Amino acid sequence: MAGTQVNPTRMELTRLKKKLVTAVRGHKLLKDKRDELMRQFLDKVRENKALREEVETALVSANRNFMLARAGMPDEMLNTALLAPKQELTISAGTQNVMSVEIPDFDFKTRTPDQNDMYSYGFAFTTGDLDDAILSLSEVFPKMLKLAEVEKSCQLMAAEIEKTRRRVNALEHVMIPELQTNIKYITMKLDENERSTQIRLMKVKDMMLKEAHHYEY
Amino acid sequence: MYRAAVIGDRDSIYGFAALGLEVFPVTDSEMGSKTLRRLAEGEYAVIYITEALAAELEHELDHFRLQPLPAIIPIPGVTGNTGMGIKMVKKSVEQAVGSDIIFNDND
Repeated sequence: MAGTQVNPTRMELTRLKKKLVTAVRGHKLLKDKRDELMRQFLDKVRENKALREEVETALVSANRNFMLARAGMPDEMLNTALLAPKQELTISAGTQNVMSVEIPDFDFKTRTPDQNDMYSYGFAFTTGDLDDAILSLSEVFPKMLKLAEVEKSCQLMAAEIEKTRRRVNALEHVMIPELQTNIKYITMKLDENERSTQIRLMKVKDMMLKEAHHYEY
Repeated sequence: MYRAAVIGDRDSIYGFAALGLEVFPVTDSEMGSKTLRRLAEGEYAVIYITEALAAELEHELDHFRLQPLPAIIPIPGVTGNTGMGIKMVKKSVEQAVGSDIIFNDND
């Protein structure tokens, strides 16, 4: 641009032209990346919204069940019942590469395969409501994990889209026009120099001819 | 191998213990933020946090948005659904698209 000083030389011109080619290619690639990321992001975010709504309704009803369970038995009983959980849950987190964004891929495993191990208490001193409440919670959990995966993916992708968009815009509106004006400036300057050399030569030729043969024009 | 944790007020989260998740009952936001930070450094891939607590720690949660792990997910507690979770999703959309194009039809 006008602000930056460029050397009007042929070497600089070649350099700038190479840079422009790279910039245009980079711009195209980044734009494609942004578009594809956006497409996948919108799919994911729709899934995220649906899952979240589902999980939230299920959790609210599970919470209601727990309230009921609490109401039906003394607090200490409940505390003892859930004090030492039998079941243990581990998550294996893999990653999946979507347009160079590493999105997580969660899978969970329980320590024992037996479903009934989530009831960590004897049934003598607890109400049936507690069993129901825990069952309802265990039914939502796979969805909750899926939600975690999708929501995290959305967050990571959103950040990447923002970054890519900035890059695309910087290339499109700053870098490429700047390179183009600089190239134009150098070409003009070089042409101008060439013309001026040409004229100088013609003038010199005239002067020399005049001197040698006393020509008059 | 990672684990899953739940943070929030005790009444909202104690049930998760039965499923094998680790529960961390907290009473105020300061304790919540300390626990959250400790868990985030640990071996937890997913941290569920009650919406009530998440609302108080919003600033901290933003900090973890860009990290690949852990995923911090707001869930409704006993006090009901505050819409905090959906707000986080909206935020992602706004960040990516520039304006909210997914949720604007329902509010």
